[in-house]
Formats: sequence, C-alpha cells, structure tokens
Amino acid sequence: MVAGFETSSSGAILIDGKDVVSKRPNQRNIGMVFQAYALFPNLTVAQNVGFGLKVKGITGSVADNRVAEMLKLIGLPDLGSRYPFQLSGGQQQRVALARALAPKPQVLLLDEPLSALDAKIRVSLREEIRMIQQQLGITTVFVTHDQEEALSISDRIVVMNGGRADQIGTPFDIYNRPSTRFVASFVGTLNLIEAKVVDPASNRISIGDQGITLKEPLGASKVGDTISLALRPEAGSIAEGAKGDTALVGEVITSNFLGSVIRTRMKVGPAVISFDMFNSPGLTPPSVGETVTLRFTASDLLIVRD
Amino acid sequence: MKRIWAWGALIFGLLYFFLPLIGMTNFSLKMRRGEYSFDAYARVLADPKFQETFGFSVMMALFTILFGILLIVPTAYWVRLKMPGLRPYIEFVTLLPLVIPAIVIVFGYIRLYNTSSWLPLTGTTTGTNILLMFGYATLALPYMYRAVDTGLRTIDVTTLTEAAQSLGAGWITILSRIILPNVLVAVLSGAFLTFAIVIGEFTMAALLNRPAFGPYMQLLGANRAYEPAALAVIAFGITWACMGLIQLVTRFSKHTRAQR
Repeated sequence: MVAGFETSSSGAILIDGKDVVSKRPNQRNIGMVFQAYALFPNLTVAQNVGFGLKVKGITGSVADNRVAEMLKLIGLPDLGSRYPFQLSGGQQQRVALARALAPKPQVLLLDEPLSALDAKIRVSLREEIRMIQQQLGITTVFVTHDQEEALSISDRIVVMNGGRADQIGTPFDIYNRPSTRFVASFVGTLNLIEAKVVDPASNRISIGDQGITLKEPLGASKVGDTISLALRPEAGSIAEGAKGDTALVGEVITSNFLGSVIRTRMKVGPAVISFDMFNSPGLTPPSVGETVTLRFTASDLLIVRD
Repeated sequence: MKRIWAWGALIFGLLYFFLPLIGMTNFSLKMRRGEYSFDAYARVLADPKFQETFGFSVMMALFTILFGILLIVPTAYWVRLKMPGLRPYIEFVTLLPLVIPAIVIVFGYIRLYNTSSWLPLTGTTTGTNILLMFGYATLALPYMYRAVDTGLRTIDVTTLTEAAQSLGAGWITILSRIILPNVLVAVLSGAFLTFAIVIGEFTMAALLNRPAFGPYMQLLGANRAYEPAALAVIAFGITWACMGLIQLVTRFSKHTRAQR
C-alpha cells in the first residue's frame, strides 16, 4: 500500500506531509527492496543501479558517478559489469539496495530483504543496511518476521496483528513493555502465565498455590479473576544468591543445553515457566525432577491484556 | 532385448522421416538426364516469380512477426500480471486457429471486409495485405502465444514489474526495457515459427489473391516436374535454418546462460 501496489480502502498515507494514496507507484519516489532481489536479469549490475536514474532522465557522467557512488557504498565497486546471475544472494540484495537508493527516494521500503539469505549473511547484511541507512539518514520501513532482526535494526517498531498496529514503540519498549498478549508472545520468547487475583487492593495474585505481590496495579480486576502475566526467560535465575524480591518454587520438567544458554522449563502449579541461564564451565544444569527456586524482581512480571 | 527394440524404433522413425526427404532431394537433382545436377535449383532461383513471391512472403512474415510481438507480448504479460484467472480462457482462444481451418477464417475475412462492407479492406492492395497479415498472425497465434507465455513463466513478472515501477518506470518502459528483453529468446522462437508458417502458407494468400510464396509453390507443382522438388528442399532448408537460429539465439543470449 505504501508503495502503491495495493489500493487502500480508506485512510491516508502521508510522505513528507503529502497524501500519496492517489499517486501511481511510479510517481511516489519510493525506493523498494524485495525479498526475491528482483534485479533485472537482462541488465548488468551498473545498469540495474542506473535504471532509476535513466527513467528519471539522468544520464551521462552524472548518472555514471551516482552509480559508482552507490556501488562503492555497498562495497561492490568492481562488479558493475557483472550480470545478476553471476552474483551471490547477498551481493544481489546489496545491488538491489543500491538500485533503490540511486534515484534518491524519499522513503526506502525493505520487504523482508534478508529472508532468502542464510543466517550468517543475514546478520552481516542487516548491519550493513543499518549503517547505510544511518549514513544517508533516509526514512526506512523494514518489513520482517524475524524479531531479532526487527529489534536490532529499528528505531521504531510497529507490531502488526491482523492488519492492525497492536503496538508502536522503540525496540526496548516493545520487548520490555508489550502492550498486548500478541505483542508479548510475538516478540522474543516469553512465558505467558495464567494467575488468579487474590487481593486487588494489595496487587496480590496466585500462581498455583503460590502467592505473589505485583508492582503493577491490578486495575479493575476482582477477586477470583484470571489474568495473564508475562515473564521473559532471562528475567529469573535459580542460581544461589540470585537477586530478586519474588520467588516461585517448581519442579524441573526439561533442561536443554543450547550452547550459550541453558533453557530450563519448570512446572509451578498448572503453569509451565521457561528460564535461561548463561552457560559457564562451572555451572551444573538442573536435572529433571529437581525442585528449584526461581528468583526474579516483581516488576519483571507484566500484566498482559488481550 | 529392450535395447534392440529401442534401436529398432529409432531407426524406423528416422527412415520414416528421412527417406521421403532423401527421395525428394534425389529427384530434384535429376533434371539433367543421366547425371546429378543443380539445374532445377538454378531454374527456380533464377525465376523472377520466385524472387517476387519469396520477397513478398518474407516482407509479410516480418510484418506479421512485428504485429504478433506488439499484440501478444503485452497481452500475455497483462494476463499474467493482472488477470491470471483468465489464462485458461486466453489459452483456449489462442488454440482456436489450430481447430478452425484457414479457409474458414479467410472466408470470414472476405465476407466482413469486402468492398461493400463498412471496412472495405479488400478494396485496396495495402488493405488486402493488412488483412493477410492479420490472417497470418491468427495462424501463428498458438505458437507465438505459447512461446511468449513460456518465456514469461521463467521470470517473476510481478516482482520485476513492481521493482521497475518503484524506480519510476511506466508501462512502456517496463515492457520494452524489462519484460521484452527477458523473453526475447522465447519471442524469437515464436518469430521463427511464424516465419516458417508464413513462408509456406497457401490458403489465405491464394484466396486473397496475393503473390505469396505458397501459391507460387502450388503453381509450380502443378506445372513442372523437377522444380517443385527443388523448391520443397529450399523451403525445408529455410525452416531448418529458422530452427537452427532459435538454438543459436538461445545459446548466445548473455543473461540466460545460468539459472536465474
């Protein structure tokens, strides 16, 4: 819709204060990078990058200089004469980025640009994209289903759910203060725990038969109401001397070694809670069936609304 | 045992195809009594009627190809891009010329565009030539459409179009600079097939009374002995040269050397 390939049924899309809804895609001055690269197979890298310039009527040395500048920006200054099929996936996507940036668009749209690449290239290229974006200072909309990608690359995230923006905020806000159940469960790994309200006045709730006092006010909840709480796996620890004003005792049901972390799942009444511990050679992973005490700060427990 | 059958079938197939050709070529070389010669070929090639009709058909073929490209590439592209649900119907329509005989089409044309109709195309030579070109384009439609459609299938039409649009390109730029060059090999193979069809076509040219190569071959066949055989060998040579050109163009197309 922003690029103009889909028509909107209502509302306005403002770019620099001007509504672009009535404009055709080729009149919007938007640079776009696609998941499938979409480089023109019949054109060389330099011709691909210069395509937008040529369409705008910019030719000769001005266009050549801009193409060279763009190729230098993406770190491929010597590959101008190659055809897209002679490049790797990562290189093709960088060329696509250069092509989108060459005509100096007002907005850059990146539609899952890293999804078709392998994990290592994905990480390095996203850092490059971020660097280029900051260098040029261009407004960029980056669509991704990869939460880590979204958190690492953005200044502001919009979490979409069923065509609606559930939450708009900084990566820090989205991750630490999710406003809806969907945002909480979508961004990062999260424990969603059902709890019963015991005393709304003192913010007292219970998980299974264990009572906890929340920092966040329970609002209009009544005694016996069920509420959803969110707790990040990295928020708690079972290590001796772990800090925290709140504790839950439970039985370990699984303990998985994931390399840098050990992810353990414990049962607390009807709820199952996951928590992560950083791996260290001196650490003994908890064994299945062991009873452990998970300590955390009460403010880490967030009330999640639907 | 299976191998013997396979070889047997192959040899039978080759003999079935090549024996008449060999026989015809042999006959075409026997114009001079008692020895092989190219007399029949020399006589055919020297015939001003041959040059005139062949030249006319080549011109008609070129115009038909141009018209076919202008008609079919945008149509196939548009159907793929905006109306993919209509593809089966369009394919059906493009197959109709294989089912409807050329004579039916040309009688339809004559009835619709005769001198007393609202668009009297048959009243002038240019008009009749245009009509003949339309007819040829119709006959070549199944081959041309299929070739172009197959070419379009090898590229991501939607994404390439969107990419070009986001860079400011309009429809004509997209079609001429992105879509057409990427399906050029397919278009050329369709073009060579069109060329072969136009060169050998008889019915339409004869009924519209145009001096084409097809009616000339028929006329020669009815009145001479050795020359028609030589002409048939020449016509075969032209067709095969077209096929060879398709292969050549495919091989030398720069950007299609590797998988996209």
